[in-house]
Amino acid sequence: MPAISTASLPDIVFMLLFFFMISTSMRETELKIKVKVPYATEIQKLGRKNLVNNIYVGKIEGEPGDKIQLNDRLADIADVKYFIFAERETVSEDEVPLLTTSIKADMDCSVGTITDIKEELRNVNALKINYSTRKGDIANNSKK
Amino acid sequence: MGRHAAPEINAGSMADIAFLLLIFFLVTTTMDVDTGISRKLPEKQNTNITPPKLKEKNVFVVTVNRTNNILVNGKTYVQVDELREMVIKFLDNGGGLGNPIKGAAPAECTWCEGARDPNSSDHPNKAVISLESDRGTSYGTYISVQNELVGAYNFLRNRLAKKLYGKTFDELSRASEKDPGNLNLKAQVDDIKEKYPQIISEAEPFK
Repeated sequence: MPAISTASLPDIVFMLLFFFMISTSMRETELKIKVKVPYATEIQKLGRKNLVNNIYVGKIEGEPGDKIQLNDRLADIADVKYFIFAERETVSEDEVPLLTTSIKADMDCSVGTITDIKEELRNVNALKINYSTRKGDIANNSKK
Repeated sequence: MGRHAAPEINAGSMADIAFLLLIFFLVTTTMDVDTGISRKLPEKQNTNITPPKLKEKNVFVVTVNRTNNILVNGKTYVQVDELREMVIKFLDNGGGLGNPIKGAAPAECTWCEGARDPNSSDHPNKAVISLESDRGTSYGTYISVQNELVGAYNFLRNRLAKKLYGKTFDELSRASEKDPGNLNLKAQVDDIKEKYPQIISEAEPFK
């Protein structure tokens, strides 16, 4: 019995490779906090990734209060504005008004923390925000 | 001596290399698309500007307290799933004259299908939803409420778009995004947005 030719195997694998390279995006940051974003039904897709800044809000197991993570380090409320300034430097000037801040917050966070962040964003005139949510029934949001 | 033919490179390990790359990309990338509820924050106001006076009947107050109970207009406790229906009724009431559109005289809401109750909102462009939350409210509940409020607007916009243009508002805005040069589509989207403007005001949370 002749052996099955494997000559086209690289081609197949390369095809798979290209498919994944195109359809996925790089995992940007390692999360230090636990973030389980709430569910919602009326959701919109966020556009270009390079115009989205992510602010993570969540908890650390065994520590009280909400923690904020910007990029790959834990931060304070006061750092939010410097984060926005730094992110503005990375895009061209005419795209600055298009920048969206995506707030990825855990559903058990308190609204107070989110309000503080929004206040900071208003102070630096970063007005486009997005509450990150997953598609799902909102009844899951209040369940513990 | 004759010239040697260049020896062929062995391509047998090509598959291994490609597999290695494939696995690397599988591990380091994610497939999830960012989704969420988009909002525009109000600009910082001068502190000496007095907020515009609104008639009480044109304001729908939703209060979420620190035990995650929802209170409407300061008197009725509701569940999250009742909220959408109430908001739709309030917005779509059309009981009076609205704010002037494009310099025209204030007119009634001809596209509303509500009860036209004189004790509820006058016009969708006058109806304001005010969301008050406590600092201790859980973010999950807050998002549930936001979702219901946006859902009510989406319901009304979809219904109107279907009636006027035969397509839902979601379809219209998606088509308009894909084809930004199409001014006709853009005008339709703007028309719906103007007829049911999303006016959600968030008060500073009480401590």
